[in-house]
Amino acid sequence: MSTTPGTGTPAVRAPTALPPTSPITLHLNGAPVKLDVAPWTTLLDALREYLHLTGTKKGCDHGQCGACTVLVDGKRIVSCLTLAIMRDGATVTTIEGLSTGDALHPVQQAFIDQDAFQCGYCTPGQICSAVGMLAEGRARTADEIRELMSGNICRCGAYVNIVAAIQQAMQGSGGSVKP
Amino acid sequence: MNNFSYTRASDVASAVREVSSGDAAVFIAGGTNLIDLMKENVTQPSRVVDITRLPLARIEELPDGGLRLGALVTNADTAYNPQVERRYPLLSRAILSGASAQLRNMATNGGNPMQRTRCYYFYDTSTPCNKRDPGTGCSAIDGFNRIHAILGASEHCIAVHPSDMCVALTALEAVVRATGTQGERTIAFADFHRLPGDTPQHDTNLRSDEIVTAIDLPARGFADHYAYLKVRDRTSYAFALVSVAVALEMDGDRITEARLALGGVAHKPWRNTDAEAMLNGLNATKDHFEAVAFAILREAKGFVHNTFKIALAQRAIVRALQHAAGMGRKG
Repeated sequence: MSTTPGTGTPAVRAPTALPPTSPITLHLNGAPVKLDVAPWTTLLDALREYLHLTGTKKGCDHGQCGACTVLVDGKRIVSCLTLAIMRDGATVTTIEGLSTGDALHPVQQAFIDQDAFQCGYCTPGQICSAVGMLAEGRARTADEIRELMSGNICRCGAYVNIVAAIQQAMQGSGGSVKP
Repeated sequence: MNNFSYTRASDVASAVREVSSGDAAVFIAGGTNLIDLMKENVTQPSRVVDITRLPLARIEELPDGGLRLGALVTNADTAYNPQVERRYPLLSRAILSGASAQLRNMATNGGNPMQRTRCYYFYDTSTPCNKRDPGTGCSAIDGFNRIHAILGASEHCIAVHPSDMCVALTALEAVVRATGTQGERTIAFADFHRLPGDTPQHDTNLRSDEIVTAIDLPARGFADHYAYLKVRDRTSYAFALVSVAVALEMDGDRITEARLALGGVAHKPWRNTDAEAMLNGLNATKDHFEAVAFAILREAKGFVHNTFKIALAQRAIVRALQHAAGMGRKG
């Protein structure tokens, strides 16, 4: 910290104007929430810092790792590359909104059953991405799962078990899975 | 990210008015490239105009048999559109080979052609870059230039355009529809992006007061004989080192028309219509394809770290042509 010479007390800085904020509403995990955001607040920062839903992780913050994946209006996106203010009125589902009470979502249960993580940091993004992918209905084979999950990086290298977990969830939901 | 003001445009005319009002205003739609550039301080707009609520999110059939892709339709919804999948599989394949599923769910048809290069020096504000700061020099020419251009570069810039979608749109001879303060106009896709010359700060020929409203696909989709081959450092979620879009019309084994566009090699999707014409009337053979590949890369110039792209592009062209012509599929 800079100090005024000779006094040891903090230097007086010109006051910084508080940023202008706008009220937005998100339909978040089944309930409407209102919050005030600055234009430059990303959806990721709004979720973590303003709404204290820290399940959604900030990995790279540049759209390259997938740790911040959430579902917006049913589609998986990276929340670090969208502004919260642009999503006024949207339906947002995060990892916290997937379970029903204590009953885990089938993809969450499958990640536990298949031991599909080590450190767990990428896991909320992996699970939200997998839920989005299953809704898209484009993945049938393990190769297709790998291709359509390539936006989610796991630095522990748990990919083999992540694919197995997704296959388990697909079988549970009646989807056909080929090796 | 710098502070900026935010407005939400309700119609195309007001969007154009907002962005042309003088200060550093930008449109935002998918945001997948713009927000990244803003986080890196490469782009520092004073005003951001949100165009996501404009009525440009439809795919419609055109009276001439073509297909109009609304500027705000996402890349994913375009690639998975039944008409696009059936009639323009080259475009579908190219889109799905780019980015990740999450990014394709965000990125739009109007935004994809507007994305900036991923040249490391363009992104690094501590280094000179003529594209980011005109007149400061090009760090890539004598730097680490493995991903850079081998065709159409200038002494001022050797960056490449990163899109896969645009390579297919070039081969399909798509048309960009744009609206500005002076009205609406169409731009042939080959004329949309530009070579760097001595003004590499301009990626496209779109004027600063214009907005892309749609991309029109001509009626012919080359669905019978096409290929999109993308060569990259990993098998998914990486930009192309070299990519090739091929669209052929064939009469038996004879080629009656050939379209060929390259990605990852130039400041714009690269097309050489003289070289393509060499194939007209010829049978599909490896020798003929090698001659075309040689002709396209004859004027290529490598820099220290990207010279490998010249041979890579030639081989990729031959393989993509063979694939499009159905060679090697019959066992």
